[in-house]
Amino acid sequence: MSEFFHRKLERSAIGFVLAIIAAASVGGIVEIAPLFTIDETVEAAPDMRLYTPLELAGRNIYVREGCYACHSQMIRTLRDEVDRYGPYSLAVESKNDHPMLWGSKRTGPDLARVGDKYGDAWHVAHLTYPRDVVPESNMPAYRWLARTELRIDDLSEHLAAQRMVGVPYTDEMVKNARADAYAQANPDTDGVPGVMQRYGDETQVRAFDGVTSQLTEMDALVAYLQILGRLTDAAHKNTAAPETSPQPLD
Amino acid sequence: MISTLTRTERFLALWISMAVSICGLGLAIAGRDDPLLIHGLLILLFGLVCSYIVMFGYEEKAPGTERLSFYYDEPIKAGVIFAMIWAVFGMFMGVWVAAQLAWPDLAFDAPWSGLGRLRPTHTTGVIFGFGGNALIATSFHVVQRTSRARLPDQLSPWFVLVGYNMYCLIAVSGYLLGITQSKEYAESEWYADIWLVLVWVTYFVLYIRTLARRKEPHIYVANWYFLAFILVVAILHIVNNLAVPVSLGHAKSYTVWPGVQDAMVQWWYGHNAVAFFLTSGFLGMLYYYLPVRAQRPIFSYRLSILSFWGITFFYMWAGSHHLHYTALPDWVQTLGMTFSIMLLVPSWASAGNALLTLNGAWHRVRDDATLRFMMIAAVFYGLSTFEGSFMAIRPVNSLSHYTDWTIGHVHAGALGWVALITFGSFYTLVPVLWKRRQMYSPALIEWHFWLALAGTLIYVFAMWNSGIIQGLMWRTYTEEDTLAYSFVDSLKAMWPYYVARAFGGLLFLIGAIICLYNILMTIRSPDKAESRDDVPHPADLALAGE
Repeated sequence: MSEFFHRKLERSAIGFVLAIIAAASVGGIVEIAPLFTIDETVEAAPDMRLYTPLELAGRNIYVREGCYACHSQMIRTLRDEVDRYGPYSLAVESKNDHPMLWGSKRTGPDLARVGDKYGDAWHVAHLTYPRDVVPESNMPAYRWLARTELRIDDLSEHLAAQRMVGVPYTDEMVKNARADAYAQANPDTDGVPGVMQRYGDETQVRAFDGVTSQLTEMDALVAYLQILGRLTDAAHKNTAAPETSPQPLD
Repeated sequence: MISTLTRTERFLALWISMAVSICGLGLAIAGRDDPLLIHGLLILLFGLVCSYIVMFGYEEKAPGTERLSFYYDEPIKAGVIFAMIWAVFGMFMGVWVAAQLAWPDLAFDAPWSGLGRLRPTHTTGVIFGFGGNALIATSFHVVQRTSRARLPDQLSPWFVLVGYNMYCLIAVSGYLLGITQSKEYAESEWYADIWLVLVWVTYFVLYIRTLARRKEPHIYVANWYFLAFILVVAILHIVNNLAVPVSLGHAKSYTVWPGVQDAMVQWWYGHNAVAFFLTSGFLGMLYYYLPVRAQRPIFSYRLSILSFWGITFFYMWAGSHHLHYTALPDWVQTLGMTFSIMLLVPSWASAGNALLTLNGAWHRVRDDATLRFMMIAAVFYGLSTFEGSFMAIRPVNSLSHYTDWTIGHVHAGALGWVALITFGSFYTLVPVLWKRRQMYSPALIEWHFWLALAGTLIYVFAMWNSGIIQGLMWRTYTEEDTLAYSFVDSLKAMWPYYVARAFGGLLFLIGAIICLYNILMTIRSPDKAESRDDVPHPADLALAGE
């Protein structure tokens, strides 16, 4: 019977096309659409901060250089990962990430909570030539970051595009994006209070690459790395650590 | 090639080429302060070269209606050559990237040569450059023969093929320039994605028009797979690439999907790019070239139906197994795991159907390296689909995910299945296309076979070892209940496997170079063999009248 039905179906190209579309659509619709409607999918985190323009620029460098190919930003709900990297990642932590950078491979370690784990100088040295800091490392060297000026003239457009896809940047943030990026890496300038007011008092303001004479791509990338895992405390409150340390099996 | 186009088609080809040039110029002007400038100029140049080629052949004698008594194979020939050039490029990049992981200073002090930028040139080069061109070329061949109908016109197949290669060129050059969306296997930016939609819609329409002209009452099973490949890749591509450009003068865009939903959409795309690009399309190839070469009919029609609809339905649910134990809700992970396991049934039905088709032809498998390529491909298809279902089980995935085991699994499929079935199909197809009695050198096919098989095995075994060691080291605890190994300890343990992997890849690359050489020498050889049977159904002539 079914064979007879199929013999009829395969005589019609249009019928076959419609059947393929029908069969192939179900899975995606059932798995993706509810992610937008079920509230528990993304936790609430009222303290969630936004990427500053400098951090967003750094994130774009992270994307551009393909760092996600070797570094994940997603700590799984497994004991050894929590012990190694910190509390497991929550969906809310990447709520404003367009695109997400969860990654799929760890040639290098996970970076979801690397923010503040090392000093700025360590990051600068490591990015400049990783084997100076970690002799066994097989990470590429990114020497040119420190000598390449960061493009900031179009950051307002970047923030506006981010707002269009749903990130709640305010008009003030969009308008001042360029000045805010400059001020965040130049702690002694007039723009600093504006940055703190717009992005929160916990915003890190300093010369990330160690020099204030020029705003470089190194500043932006280090600023981004130092914010990783620190936009909200939600993951630390929802503690992932077991209440009592598990006993090894006898 | 222009000599096979009609007058009207030459006129249209010129207009399309000039329109592309103008778009390129527009992008270059709008993006003068951005890396987009380089891409605008590249598109402008591409359009101008195409315009020049069309104008150069514009006054050649137009083909008469006698062209309709033969299949239209010119774009297929070009597609085979493009595929092999991309294969050599993509595999070379793969070997380079693999070597960088063992010897990280094997790069220049320039942004373009870092691993993060080279890696997508490898993946795009082999998946879309090599695989995509091979699929377009073979699908044009298979649909004409199994429908006994000629392609409906001469221009649209060229538009699909050349347009598709322009897409690949923009994508790959973009990664070197740092233009990427970071979505794995969908890294190309918005303007390239829009262009690919135009190319792909033309491809679909062309395919349906050819099927509509068929002289066989039934649509052959290979065409089911090619149809699924074309349709579903279009759906995946459009949904995953929805994005807002920073401005029309920026190459950069931001995806509309946020965080966890982006992850789900990305791996729904990513896994089904494997399913419908690297599986469905190549099964279409297998269902035509394997029975032709073995001179045996497909073992079971019912198994074909079962496996086709099983693959088309189940695969679309499986993507979430890339996100086990992440912040993606558990219910989606469980669905993904369940369907991944069920997928084994249609996958093994296909592999079994292919191997059982060889019953009665095993002496040919022994003697004919071309058929052996396809037999081993079916075996690797069976192995890697089993491995895939296994790795989708959550506890297994907790060990394998983020490690080289995934890379090993992907390459068991990509080298062992996709590339081997393509080589087998090409060695069958090339003598037919260029009307030669056989390939230039059967001995070189043997060499290619053993190099490819050895390369694949070395690669896969190296990555299985490194992946499992890595996964175990990460989760090993000491007696004092602390982690036994630092991350760097696990990295140090990878070194011998990274060297072995680069070596395996090198063997595979050498095989591909031999294949390209053998194809080029076949084209140059004088040994002509006309086949009177390889023509469309005579009734096609009347229908195709202008």
